[in-house]
Amino acid sequence: MAGHIDEKKLFTGALVIIAFATLALVVMPYVQLKHVQAPAELKPYTDQQAHGRKVYMSMGCVYCHSQQPRDAKYAPDDKRGWGRASTAADYAYDKVHLLGTMRTGPDLLNIGARQPSQDWHLGHLYQPRAYMPGSIMPAFPFMFVERKGPAKEGEAVLNLPPAYAKPGVTIVATRDALDLVEYLKALDRTYPIKKTIEQSLEKAK
Amino acid sequence: MDGTALILLLTFLVSVTGLLVFIWSMSNGFFNTKQSASHIIFGKNEIGLVEDPASNQTNNELQEAAGETNASLTQKELSDRLIADKSSALPTFVCLLTAMCWLIIGSAAAIIASIKLHEPDWLVSQAWLTFGRMRSVHLNSVIYGWASMAGVGVSLWLIPRLLKTPLVGAKFVYWGALIWHVALMCGVTAIGMGYTDGMEWLEMPWQIDIFIVLGGALMGLPLFLTLVNRKVDHLYVSVWYIGAALIWFPILFFIANIPDLHFGVQGAAMNWWYGHNALGLWFTPIGLGAAYYFIPKVLGRPIYSYNLSLLGFWCLAFFYSQVGGHHLIGGPLPTWMVTLSIVQSMMMIIPVFAVAVNHHMTVGGNIKAVIHSPTLRFIVLGSMLYVAASVQGSFEALRSVNVITHFTHYTVAHAHLGMYGFFTLVMFGSIYFIMPRIVDWEWPHPWMISAHFWLVALGFAVYFIGLTTGGWLQGSAMVDASKPFMDSVLVTLPYLKSRSIGGGLMIMGHLIFMIHFILISLRYGTKKEPALLIPNVNIPFIKEAKVAATELKRG
Repeated sequence: MAGHIDEKKLFTGALVIIAFATLALVVMPYVQLKHVQAPAELKPYTDQQAHGRKVYMSMGCVYCHSQQPRDAKYAPDDKRGWGRASTAADYAYDKVHLLGTMRTGPDLLNIGARQPSQDWHLGHLYQPRAYMPGSIMPAFPFMFVERKGPAKEGEAVLNLPPAYAKPGVTIVATRDALDLVEYLKALDRTYPIKKTIEQSLEKAK
Repeated sequence: MDGTALILLLTFLVSVTGLLVFIWSMSNGFFNTKQSASHIIFGKNEIGLVEDPASNQTNNELQEAAGETNASLTQKELSDRLIADKSSALPTFVCLLTAMCWLIIGSAAAIIASIKLHEPDWLVSQAWLTFGRMRSVHLNSVIYGWASMAGVGVSLWLIPRLLKTPLVGAKFVYWGALIWHVALMCGVTAIGMGYTDGMEWLEMPWQIDIFIVLGGALMGLPLFLTLVNRKVDHLYVSVWYIGAALIWFPILFFIANIPDLHFGVQGAAMNWWYGHNALGLWFTPIGLGAAYYFIPKVLGRPIYSYNLSLLGFWCLAFFYSQVGGHHLIGGPLPTWMVTLSIVQSMMMIIPVFAVAVNHHMTVGGNIKAVIHSPTLRFIVLGSMLYVAASVQGSFEALRSVNVITHFTHYTVAHAHLGMYGFFTLVMFGSIYFIMPRIVDWEWPHPWMISAHFWLVALGFAVYFIGLTTGGWLQGSAMVDASKPFMDSVLVTLPYLKSRSIGGGLMIMGHLIFMIHFILISLRYGTKKEPALLIPNVNIPFIKEAKVAATELKRG
């Protein structure tokens, strides 16, 4: 028996290594980003938008849509109308990040500026292909109620393009659909920002 | 700005130097370790003797392929091994059986999600069937159900053999597995119902994560209890890998799931620190640990270079643990962090090369043995795909490549090359070896093993080649601003369909595997007991060893 030197090496080695990785990728970004201030133009989410953001998470929108336009020097995201490169400050009110890793669909960080119409968003959720031929986004008809007869007061009724309209059927948006659209419309980081993370840190000091 | 960059650069250089010194001191002892450390997994005169309980040994082709030998085990060695195997049989079986169930659940969710990407109006009337939820059900089922449970099961079985010590504390495994699976079922159901913490790989609500941590800790405990009671002088390289993985994963999972701690962009950094380390510090070490045991064991030939394998271990641990930031290239993160991850991604070539050389030299071009051993067929292919996935990953981290592949299906294909091509295939091979030992029965139908192999190998080839091509075309279209975005969608359609076809073949393979697994568990067919164990040893000898093992255990 060679004692338990090997075990000690295994435990200390494994712990030192994970401590170092955690320091580099979790603690240091935490310390550096903690002081980043929200830009004056960026408003906190309203209750409705915050609920819409929950719906966005619950439906898994993040698995096909990023929220992080890249720098114009690196990739032509700006030429697609997705906006300037985002900075950490743009996410000051995002407790859970939704940066995303996939663009099966377009980047959505500025979708509210690009497409401010509630009607468009509701119809597009109900049937994406009515607005975007060739789209492979899932339809979300379960976020709407279909019934005969007229809508009640205050209800949001869908006006689908003629090819997709259902005569005699009233399609009404649920609370989830309305709040999700409110959130999408609030996605607007088009205000100018020149501060890098480092500069906003200087300000914080 | 310049000052900050300079400080960060200096910090980085100091850290790297410090860590190199650390790695040197850690490996210092190993270079004095004789090559004999690689002989620990064999009996005194066992080298040269093949062992693959999954192969049809009546005609002994595997031994012929490996070369004739007079090597043999003593009765004591054989009894000890039988005792070790017996001690881990039931806990391992519990883990493997549940893992198989999750493999089927995960596969079903996978094919639904895959078809939905090219048939977007299919199954849209229910929220739980929407793509975003099915995808997460798939990921959580295969990661925390299939891969983690298979990994724990294989580890539980390997440890008593590697330490030549019966497993201590098996009852903790049953409780741990029960808690883990109830929690996981709740977690996957919660995701289907739309309750999610919202981050990739960390979807399960944190309230449920508490029980995952508890269950995982209980399942890991016996491995450490056995380690303390070990009877071998040296820890074989597989123990380093598996032991470290069992230390790392609970830490990763715990920190990542602390509620209300992480925020915004920092949350993204943490998300990929976790996501990539789940692969690099949990699945990869377990997969490599299994490969480092089974390849030499099946061939009856010690690993080519023991020191190289340990050097590879520490390099992997150090470099792999810091690559997470390469998932956020071009994103709103501190530049130094992303750069650090890119550098370490390239450095990963060193440990990967160490594994490649070691496995290649051990197999030594003995293709015949690989063909005759079902275990090796899966594990050698898996190890080759480990090298492929790792090298691909290193280059994907380069900014010039990443600008195209990031945000596309190329990354999805790459992730599957690691988790399926490497890890899952190694687990398949390990299960083929282990199950006959657990139930004391041969696999009833060799053709089912072949069918399983070819279906998943061909299916995965279709999956990977198609999705890689489609992803690259998607990325190329996306960075060409003269093309409308929709072009990057339309160009992927044929490849998304090929993915469903490839995935369908893989699932057929899984179903055959599942049926075969049930058959062997029920001890279907006729008993061919002696062939199972050691071909060179005669039957009465094995029976005597078994009696001795039973008596020893009672005593």
